[in-house]
Amino acid sequence: MSELAMHEMDVLRQRLAERAAAEGLIDVSYRLVDSPVGQLMLAATERGIVRVAFAAEDFDAVLGTLAQKVGVRVLHRAAPLDAAAAQLDEYFAHSRQGFELSLDHRLSRGYRLEVQLALPSIGYGHTASYKQMAALTGRPAAVRAVGTACATNPLPILVPCHRVLRSDGSLGGYLGGLEAKQVLLDLEHDRLADPFS
Amino acid sequence: MTANPAFELVVRRHGTAVLRMCTALLGPGPDAQDAWSETFLAALRAYPSLAAGANIEAWLITIARHKAIDILRANHPIPMDEVPETVVLPEVTGQLELLESLASLSELQRKVIGYHYLLGFPYADIPAYLGGNPASLRRAAADGIKALRSQHHEAEEES
Repeated sequence: MSELAMHEMDVLRQRLAERAAAEGLIDVSYRLVDSPVGQLMLAATERGIVRVAFAAEDFDAVLGTLAQKVGVRVLHRAAPLDAAAAQLDEYFAHSRQGFELSLDHRLSRGYRLEVQLALPSIGYGHTASYKQMAALTGRPAAVRAVGTACATNPLPILVPCHRVLRSDGSLGGYLGGLEAKQVLLDLEHDRLADPFS
Repeated sequence: MTANPAFELVVRRHGTAVLRMCTALLGPGPDAQDAWSETFLAALRAYPSLAAGANIEAWLITIARHKAIDILRANHPIPMDEVPETVVLPEVTGQLELLESLASLSELQRKVIGYHYLLGFPYADIPAYLGGNPASLRRAAADGIKALRSQHHEAEEES
């Protein structure tokens, strides 16, 4: 396709998304953002951010899952995700420690949801063990289930599952890969170690 | 049962082909772009109730035909009782990639083929839109189809 034709298609798609939004026809809006942990995909419903995905997850596969679980009317539209993109930029630039965003937790349920709702109680720059999270949520024996809740967190970074480690201090697992988990931990640690940087 | 893909993927997969079809019928510019927008907006409205596993390309072609006819009618205030229902061009329908070759034809050939084969107008009705007479339009279409066929054969021999 020529550059001109590609530009025409971009304009048409953008116009379509705006008209669809005006008519309330969009189930899920999404956009991509760049970050130190690679490209991220952000997706939102009218209730709030519903999904943050790492490139390793395959964005098109994630769109497919959203279509199945939330609604098939998924379109690229940046505006509903501008605030989230800006706050993530601030977070990665060390100028933000918490997020003020509406979250849509509909992709989680049961104990997983309980654990995910409890994760923000681990403060910026701090960590907890899977075992501590199990105790905190009133199910001290459910260490493995806490691991699953973290591994299936649909809102990584915003819901800080990266702050949960094994009892011996080793990383455990992470949806975005262990390297990404380490980058996030280092970022938060650096900021706290040197608050005037 | 697998659900239909996210609508974004439908636009990504078929957007260009539908624009080619609209451009073939209406010429490049605002009319074709309007037809494209109306097609995908209508498709988006109906998408949640489309049966899983449906032939999305054929479905989009049908919607695009109707939107193109709407725009033709708005541009040419000609009384027409019914929208023609049949689409007959086995080599083209269902294979939107072939529409790319339409761009290589003359404007008249391209439009007559579009009006007759994609929109289903009888030759007798087309002079109202394109001028000329039914016999000359039929000849233009035949020449165009012949050119398309030979291009198609060449492409097949190459592959």
